[in-house]
Amino acid sequence: MCESLPFLPKVETGIKVQKGKNQLIANPKRFVKKLEAISDDEAQEVLEEKSYVAVLGVCGEESMTNGSSVGGGEVYTFQTPKRSNKMAELASELAQTPGQSAVPDPSKCPEKTAKTPQSSKRSSSSQVQQKTKKNEFVSTTPYRLRKRLAAPDAQLESESEYSASCSEEEEGEEAQKEVSTVLSHQKTPAKTKAVSTPPSRKTLTKKKDNMNDLVEEYFEAHSSSKVLTSDRTLQKLRRKRLNQQTLHDLLQKSPLAYAAEIKELNQQYESLFSKWMLQLHLGFNIVLYGLGSKHDLLEKFRTSMLQDCVHLVVNGYFPSITVKSVLNSITEEVLDHIGTFRSPLDQLEFIMKRFKEDSSLELYVLIHNLDSQMLRGERSQQILAQLSSLPSIYLIASIDHINAPLMWDQAKQSLYNWLWYETTTFSPYVEETSYENSLLVQQSGSLALSSLTHVLRSLTPNARGIFRLLAQYQLENKDNASYPGLSFQDFYQQCREAFLVNSDLTLRAQLTEFRDHKLIRTKRGADGVEYLLIPVDDSTLSDFLEKEDEDI
Amino acid sequence: MSTRSLSKGCFVFKPSPKKRKVSRTTAYYFREGSSDLEDSELRFATCQSLQKQVKSETEQIEEELNEQLFDNLVSFLRRSHSAFQEKKTEWTCRTKSREIPTAALVLGVNVTDHDFTFRSLSEVLQNNVTPYIALLEAKDCPGIKNLMQKLLGQLMNCCIDVDSSEEEDYEHVSRSRVRCSMTTLINWYESATKRTDSETPGKKRTSSRHWQSPPVVVIFKDMESFTTKVLQDFVVISSQHIGEFPLVLIFGIATSPMIIHSLLPHSVSSLLCIELFQSLSCKDHLSTIIDKILLTTQFPLKLSEKVLQVLINIFLYHDFSVQNFIKGFQLCIVEHFHSNPLSVLCCQLEEAKRRVNSLSHNQCENVRRLPSFRRYVESQVSEKQIALLTVDSSLKEAVQKLLEDLNVYHENYFPILRCLHVFTSSLPKYPLGKQIRELHCACLENRVWETEEYESSLQLARMLNKSDLVTMLQKCVEILVSSPGREFDEIVEKLKEFLTQFQKLEEAYQERDESISPQKELQKKTNLYHLQKTLLELKESRRSKKLTKFEMLRFEVVDYIDSLVRHYLVPADHKTLHEIVYFNTASVLREHLNAAPRIALHTALNNPYSYLKSEVL
Repeated sequence: MCESLPFLPKVETGIKVQKGKNQLIANPKRFVKKLEAISDDEAQEVLEEKSYVAVLGVCGEESMTNGSSVGGGEVYTFQTPKRSNKMAELASELAQTPGQSAVPDPSKCPEKTAKTPQSSKRSSSSQVQQKTKKNEFVSTTPYRLRKRLAAPDAQLESESEYSASCSEEEEGEEAQKEVSTVLSHQKTPAKTKAVSTPPSRKTLTKKKDNMNDLVEEYFEAHSSSKVLTSDRTLQKLRRKRLNQQTLHDLLQKSPLAYAAEIKELNQQYESLFSKWMLQLHLGFNIVLYGLGSKHDLLEKFRTSMLQDCVHLVVNGYFPSITVKSVLNSITEEVLDHIGTFRSPLDQLEFIMKRFKEDSSLELYVLIHNLDSQMLRGERSQQILAQLSSLPSIYLIASIDHINAPLMWDQAKQSLYNWLWYETTTFSPYVEETSYENSLLVQQSGSLALSSLTHVLRSLTPNARGIFRLLAQYQLENKDNASYPGLSFQDFYQQCREAFLVNSDLTLRAQLTEFRDHKLIRTKRGADGVEYLLIPVDDSTLSDFLEKEDEDI
Repeated sequence: MSTRSLSKGCFVFKPSPKKRKVSRTTAYYFREGSSDLEDSELRFATCQSLQKQVKSETEQIEEELNEQLFDNLVSFLRRSHSAFQEKKTEWTCRTKSREIPTAALVLGVNVTDHDFTFRSLSEVLQNNVTPYIALLEAKDCPGIKNLMQKLLGQLMNCCIDVDSSEEEDYEHVSRSRVRCSMTTLINWYESATKRTDSETPGKKRTSSRHWQSPPVVVIFKDMESFTTKVLQDFVVISSQHIGEFPLVLIFGIATSPMIIHSLLPHSVSSLLCIELFQSLSCKDHLSTIIDKILLTTQFPLKLSEKVLQVLINIFLYHDFSVQNFIKGFQLCIVEHFHSNPLSVLCCQLEEAKRRVNSLSHNQCENVRRLPSFRRYVESQVSEKQIALLTVDSSLKEAVQKLLEDLNVYHENYFPILRCLHVFTSSLPKYPLGKQIRELHCACLENRVWETEEYESSLQLARMLNKSDLVTMLQKCVEILVSSPGREFDEIVEKLKEFLTQFQKLEEAYQERDESISPQKELQKKTNLYHLQKTLLELKESRRSKKLTKFEMLRFEVVDYIDSLVRHYLVPADHKTLHEIVYFNTASVLREHLNAAPRIALHTALNNPYSYLKSEVL
């Protein structure tokens, strides 16, 4: 998955940049406050943070089992510590010419975000040109002067806002930064020429030449690295979309990168199997997390350790899995109970009672993707947690969502009694995503089309005519993005004119029929008028109309 | 059978009964998974017994801690319906008792511990007060109907528990068919109490345990998460019937008692007669647990500074849950015995000595590989070195001796630590921490007397006044006398000597006071000039005067304490063979208890090298 969609992380960071900017526009006032606060707090803050980090990351330095430190000090660093000369930076920033403070502001957003990290490598000359152009643009607008007070704040804000996502990528960007610093060296002469520098500033630069250089380079480096949004969207692909089979074949052909290392990694995890069994027996439950599909790992665990035991495998990624079905399979297949229950809670109670009574009963439960769409609800988690708290039910589960632990509050967590195991497998999520639609696959819509024709074929000619009218109207308006649908009154008028219905009631009866077959959808507009809509995409609809025409 | 399907998400696998072997025991997996096969059975047995011991010990501690609270609650219950018991029919009593007696039990935010508290509470009530107890949780009661159902179900079940033998037919009235209303409840209560009344002559036991008409106790485990409407309805409905049967509510509250008033409007809360009960704070609870479990020689396994720090941090920064702390400690036990082949020696001294004798050659090699043992060997003379490294029997002898040393060290360590804590905990600003656990961590980390904090606390101790000093010394004597250590007689003698010296000083002062006082009276009569002169003299004498006797003594005491600390509070990792009894790998604990999935994902995506170790990356 990760291999096949390399643009994903970038898109994400792009969104973050946007968000940061939106925020910074909103709070120009904070700047003043910040200025006051900086000097007072900085020393103390840094100290406090240090001690907090020290306390939390007690063993950050020693735990390197799988390469990631558990303390997370390296990944999530605090953003503020280097405040010591921020005031000076700010001051010089304010004193500089408009050109110098290449201010990120909403008007430039599109231009900036459009630039990819790759673009900075393109050619230095074009980059320089671009930059100088920008500078001129800025210096010609006097409005900037007025806005400048808010602007550095904005920059700072975006800086700190952004670096949260950017700091980890720094290693990867090292090379890139080097490029940009080289660029900035080339750029400075060009810039000073282009910008008409006021005399007052010259002395300032001479005094603080060294520091300014640093500051400039800093912002230069970051302004280029900040823009990470990729413009390589799916729309730009030459071959737009493939069908499922060809995509599958293509993916099959491309070999898995680093297969040997990944295999070794997985073997490491497999050596933990008996430890897991031990800990399951000691009353803990095990949850696996980390990048990559853990389906195969769990499957291996199942086949190697659980062959002689009663066990239940739950595919959490299965689109229509429910807690009810999990409970059902326990009561019906494990406990051989015939009969129904009024509610999942009753069922749970029954299961708990049975397991408490009969101590020879043991059940291993494997749940792939405990955090899936269907199981992540509060109630389902509660039930699963209670189930797992039984001493003779051993639960081993995997989670993949980055925020999955937020599902559990303290009470649930103590019921689950988790032991966390990091199993970063780097294997593709083939099984887990097999029920999903891929972005790369052409959605044919043939299913919707055939169902449309089938339903309509069983209707009267008049009813078909009514539907045709609606479809045609919808196609006429397909370019209108805010098309609400056809209002009932207009529709009635049109139907009458076409001699399709003779009264309000007959039309309503027809519409009810359509609605029952999910051919149309109605919604009320803001003014209380009922609007009718066919919930099928336009291409399918036009296909349908063509076919209808042929039939007639 | 495959677990891939388009129509199913759950797959049950049942091995055929023929194939089903005797299911493997936990010990089997312990052996399979452990890094070293040496003595795994013995290790597992030791591990299990230690776990059991810890469990029973913690449970006992918790019971003791809750005893006070439960006693208060029981007496509250007794009081609440005394009127009902005495004059059942009196009309005035009925009108007055529109208010439902309610106990608001403030338990603190450590929600995970509440379960245990409620379980033992209901046990206590069941044994002493009433068989009719219903425990309600918010998740079971989304509506008033469910609440009543649950309530009736629990009450009628527990009634059956009391006299299950004869009332079989009663059970058949399944609760699903009973209409769940207050009237049913009252009818049930009347019949139930009548039955027990009629039985009382036959069964003395029940009547002695419970009261004549036992109250119905309804416990709301998590008051905050109940929906307001359900609570309001229940209170209003039951207040209508309070005259007919004795009902008592207990609200379990995690935040503050104010929540009752924000959840219930005045009209409803005025129907309750609320009395507040406060449970012990979780911090005190933790201190007791640490005190009783970690700071004793009772359990052979000890935690190193970092491990303890991790556990305490999880407690303080994440959940305040004592249960989780104990769980972490249990995990430490398992990990220690599982990963360390020499942990077989981690048991009581006599047992350990016996085990040393039966150590295999491989195990002896394991001992030789211990870094602390290597340091020990290097400090020996060369012949002894050779003997230790080559002859197993001489090694075993040495190990036995070293284990004994280690035991003695622990026996001395904890009482002296407590003594030091007596001193440091009363100093202003607590340079070495307020809690004994902080002091313990500091002592384990490195030589405590080399730290700045220790210096400053000694400075402060040199300025203590006499009464404080005396009480502290007395406390120290108490601690040392009650501790099992063998070497303390001397120290106790010395401390007592200090005490008597203080006593003497006091007497001396008193004598001097008496002798001075007539002089002063004389001075009053002299003229101003003389007075000035004497005052000047006094001043000069004070300036030039060297340390008073008291100050000398104070210095002596502090120095003595300091020497004790230097002698007994050596950090554990300076001791030979500390690896056997100290669990050291804090990272494992942290990974499994306090994992960071986000960081794992980030690192995997941004720095795959850390996982794959491929040179290309």
